Amino acid sequence: MTEAKVGATLVVGGGVAGIQAALDLADSGFKVYLLDKSPSIGGVMARLDKTFPTNDCSMCILAPKLVATGRHPNINLITSGELIELTGKAGNFEAKVRKRSRYINEEKCNGCGLCAQKCPVEAVDTFNESLSNRSAIYVDYPQAVPLKFIIDREKCIGCGTCQEICKAKAIEYDQQDSEIALKVGSIILAPGFEPFDATLKSEYGYGRFPNVVTSIEFERILSASGPYGGLVLRSSDGEIPKKIAFIQCVGSRDAQIGNNYCSAACCMYGIKEAIIAKEHVPINLSCTIFYMDIRAYGKEFDDYYIRAQEEYDIRFVRSRPARITEDPRTNNLYLYYIEDEGPRTEEFDMVVLSIGMQPPKNAQTLANVLGIQLNRYNFCQTSVFSPVEASKPGVFVCGAFAAPKDIPESVAQASGAAAKAMAVIASERGKEIVGKEYPPERDVSQEEPRIGVFVCHCGINIGGVVNVPEVVEYAKKLPNVVYAEANLYTCSQDTQGIIREKINEHCLNRVIVASCTPRTHEPLFKETVREAGLNPYLFEMVNIRDQCSWVHMHEPIEATEKAKELVRSVVAKARLLKPLKKPIINVTPIGLVIGGGVSGMTAALELAKQGFEVHLVEREKKLGGHLRQIHYMLEGKNPTEYLDKLINKVAKNRKIRIHLNAEVTEVNGFVGNFRSRITYNNGEEKEVENGIVIVATGATEYKPVEYLYGNSPGVMTQHELEEKLAKGEFKAENVVMIQCVGARTEERPNCSRICCGQALKNALKIKDVNPEVEVYVLYKDVRSYGFKEDYYREAAAKGVLFINYTDDRKPKVTSENGNLKITFWEPIIKEEMKLEPDIIALSAATIPNPDNKRIAEMLKVPLTKDGFFLEAHMKLRPVDFQTDGIFLCGMAHSPKFVDESISQACAAAARAATILSKKTLEMEGAIAHVDEDFCGGCRICENLCPYSAIEMKEKDGKVTAHIIEALCKGCGVCGAACPTKAITLGHFTNEEIMAQVKATLLEELKA
Amino acid sequence: MVFRPKIIGFVCNWSMPKEVEISSPREMRGYPKMHVLRVMCIGRVDPVIVLDTFAKGADGVLLVGCPTPDCHYVEGNIQAENKVKVLKKLLMLTGLEPERLRLEWAYATEVEPFSTVVDDFRNQIIKFGQSPLAGGQSDERILLNVSAAKNAVADFRLRVFTGREEELTEAMNVYGEIIPQGEFDNLLDEIVNEEFLRHKIHLLTRQEPLSVKEIAANMNVKPAMILRHIVDMRRKRMIALDHVEEATPLYKALEVQ
Repeated sequence: MTEAKVGATLVVGGGVAGIQAALDLADSGFKVYLLDKSPSIGGVMARLDKTFPTNDCSMCILAPKLVATGRHPNINLITSGELIELTGKAGNFEAKVRKRSRYINEEKCNGCGLCAQKCPVEAVDTFNESLSNRSAIYVDYPQAVPLKFIIDREKCIGCGTCQEICKAKAIEYDQQDSEIALKVGSIILAPGFEPFDATLKSEYGYGRFPNVVTSIEFERILSASGPYGGLVLRSSDGEIPKKIAFIQCVGSRDAQIGNNYCSAACCMYGIKEAIIAKEHVPINLSCTIFYMDIRAYGKEFDDYYIRAQEEYDIRFVRSRPARITEDPRTNNLYLYYIEDEGPRTEEFDMVVLSIGMQPPKNAQTLANVLGIQLNRYNFCQTSVFSPVEASKPGVFVCGAFAAPKDIPESVAQASGAAAKAMAVIASERGKEIVGKEYPPERDVSQEEPRIGVFVCHCGINIGGVVNVPEVVEYAKKLPNVVYAEANLYTCSQDTQGIIREKINEHCLNRVIVASCTPRTHEPLFKETVREAGLNPYLFEMVNIRDQCSWVHMHEPIEATEKAKELVRSVVAKARLLKPLKKPIINVTPIGLVIGGGVSGMTAALELAKQGFEVHLVEREKKLGGHLRQIHYMLEGKNPTEYLDKLINKVAKNRKIRIHLNAEVTEVNGFVGNFRSRITYNNGEEKEVENGIVIVATGATEYKPVEYLYGNSPGVMTQHELEEKLAKGEFKAENVVMIQCVGARTEERPNCSRICCGQALKNALKIKDVNPEVEVYVLYKDVRSYGFKEDYYREAAAKGVLFINYTDDRKPKVTSENGNLKITFWEPIIKEEMKLEPDIIALSAATIPNPDNKRIAEMLKVPLTKDGFFLEAHMKLRPVDFQTDGIFLCGMAHSPKFVDESISQACAAAARAATILSKKTLEMEGAIAHVDEDFCGGCRICENLCPYSAIEMKEKDGKVTAHIIEALCKGCGVCGAACPTKAITLGHFTNEEIMAQVKATLLEELKA
Repeated sequence: MVFRPKIIGFVCNWSMPKEVEISSPREMRGYPKMHVLRVMCIGRVDPVIVLDTFAKGADGVLLVGCPTPDCHYVEGNIQAENKVKVLKKLLMLTGLEPERLRLEWAYATEVEPFSTVVDDFRNQIIKFGQSPLAGGQSDERILLNVSAAKNAVADFRLRVFTGREEELTEAMNVYGEIIPQGEFDNLLDEIVNEEFLRHKIHLLTRQEPLSVKEIAANMNVKPAMILRHIVDMRRKRMIALDHVEEATPLYKALEVQ
């Protein structure tokens, strides 16, 4: 029995959070076992149509991550599995996993889908929310990873048809369930959530009325790959609805059913579904959203909410409908609700229930197996200062299992959990993974092109339409083709062996595979030719499936001709292919963190825990940042104590060098190789080398100009009120709080996220100090999302009065002889109210750090129009910048609570570790190249490059463009714009493209 | 006018009763019980043929084969039994009386005259009267139903089910289990229904694009059910969206390759 730590992590749950955590760990040199109870990874995100606030197609942005996970040499996927036992302790766990039989040999199944076409048994398709059927042998969706079929043993009648039809001989009816024992050092829980069962809200008639659907069903209805092909249809009669109602908070904010919490994402997805529905429906669709508060608290979410109203004409009604009835003749629905204090009944064609998130069904079992605590709602117990840590050391949590949340927060938290999981086993980095050795590359520069063509039948996906042998014979006759053959599945393991053999046997120096899409399969084949000693850029792929056999399914003769043309075109290109070198760059394993608040300190500490040196630069004379102004927490923890401990840990850590009274004034270089200048207040300067940069510059509080702030001592911000409360200086009998001061205005349309929580915190504290004090909160929407809803309820129960106001009727504050007066409209009694409060507390907006602009210019990274930093992708890359090697976290990104900043800071550390953990980085080889002789120095390319990969350099008095190889992603935009044709893009040269064009068109002219 | 039913008898070569075989054309004229078509084994009678026979106007179809265990081809008779089971389920759906189809066993050496069997069947058919598909002016609705049923039994799915019934309910399936007959029959009912409806939707939408509501009205089935089938038919490439009129999508059958 060894006590050594194990450099591997078990990730439980393969949704987007689990996937992100797995990728970060695997990219940082750790072995990952990714366990999912479903037969494929992807989770709920795979079922969504579009994502807010960018309206990106969910599957399109998820699929590359799915593919990367499926192909990653350090990730071992265990699907259809569950954790059944855990022993050991942090650093050295032994996990037992039960894997349900698929009845399919995963090694052999190529996912061709022939079996499913012929299976005579149908079952309800749960992936499509039971809106359609699938066969008893199936994959959840066409892009599923792993793309391995599975037999639904409940439904299968055992007729044996699939076995007879499977050309890969992958069916194994006698396959048994198995148990796998895994040795891991840490565990990440990402089991996601269970959608609320809408039948429990029987007043809405879900399950009885066919045109009442859940929001997840509606996602499938909207999806182009869903049951209705993207048309919005009523399931009662197949008609397109003209009037849809969305009901928010179904199964959330509902004490009656025990879910008092807010599910945090539904307001936004409800708005999104309404917008997308309007886009999908050819007629003028009317959408109404029934809500309690619109909780558009995330980054630029209010922009989206405003667009929904103004651009899409979506109607918002602040009311929770009491019930729904159905007209049995038309299946139309009647909604009963209250508006303006009067009962209303309104007819709709369709109703969508925005269902909330519940803990996963197996949460309790999982907790028992792991020995972790759950909270009162059966989500994973965490605490505000350790948001990704479960109650057992070495076990971490992310995504909706920690608390209901949306995708970007799940992704950020996943990276955060990965950082924590890495820290436990940092000493074992690289020990559980196997490096790969390649033979030396053959020099083919003196050889004539000798092309080998491998044409795939893809079971019958291609071969059933295209005459593959004919294509092979045709290919053999093409110039420079010295070998061609057909494969049942070119992607199968044994064919890789054949390809390597043929390369040697026929001395091939170019290889072409004519099969499916390069997006999923090119890396595999490139790897294969590299293993055979060829430069991977001597490989090229032709898609004769998606672009040929699938689109010309009913025209086999024409499809065969087209396949030949496609092959001919790529042969023409292949003759010109040149080997390309992938630039290798060294990495300085040192981090630079800008900002010494809780985010910056956390990021620095997490990097240090992983063994990397860090420079932590803080402008002030003390570490601590914004958290210094926070005296107590909504959740009751002591922030001062936490901050002191954190500062102490940072100060004591030998890997962290703290630079106080200092600013980063210059950052040059690129990922892995930055040179940065730190300038101290006293004018001293220091140059440091660093491999990554983390921006954690925080934000500041808006100084109100509204409501007599600054002119009357009774008017103060929430922070100032908090300080009074903390110091025991609070004295008042009557307090009015005004929300959204400086936020959600014309100038700053977006929500500051944290002010509702601050107001609740202070209101509760006041009631704590003296229950007799009257507290009024004037709000637009109370945005106490997630478990914070509990505090809203508590405040209301303790007598805090919440009164809604709108922009048309803002409260008015006056002062007479030093006495404050406030008048506001009371919408329930429909009267102006006048109060003379002792204190008016303004929930002032959180605004970007004024220094952001300078830092953004220095790092060449973008800001949002609000002035916060703009990440690489709002959904899936929340802490990355578009420029490699630069990351962001905390309030520099957008306003957020401390726990969220901590999660994000850990996330930035994990993302940074994927770079710092490598001695060298291998970059893309197919990149742009500048011929300096031709370059006129016009800078057009520099401005166009989205990755800041072009810099202008002066040499001998001439300014020319230079490609920073480490940053170039090979898109080719620079070359296509270059006025002097000085820029060539490797692997897609003009000559190569024109050769393809010529080969495609010329023969056609003859015919 | 006396109704003289047209009955087609598919008779197995080895159970062909002597009285049928020896009857000369002359004798038959006075005793036109049925028109006999010889097949080598009754198990050979494809359900498609039976339904086509009805579609062409037969008033009744009698299948005659060897009783168990004396099937000349070991168990063609059992195959026939399974097929007749499916056919009767389908006939029920078409609106034709399922009793217009009968399967009987006979020995070539049988002493008891086979004619009583034929008489009995004939009397039953007389009671039903002429087939609504007979006589050149067939009932369009029933003809469409019979065509749908015919396409259903021609389709892979039902053929796998009927073809494998013995194997699954008596021998062993691939998991070494036997599926109880009742369970199998329930499943079969479901599938016969589904396939009939889908093929009928397919035939209806072959002529012109139709909406879910139009199909539902034509078939007297709930629109929700029709939509459900259209979803699955799209997956199986039997049908496609043709165009949308105002708020109503119309679907058109794809020709199955």
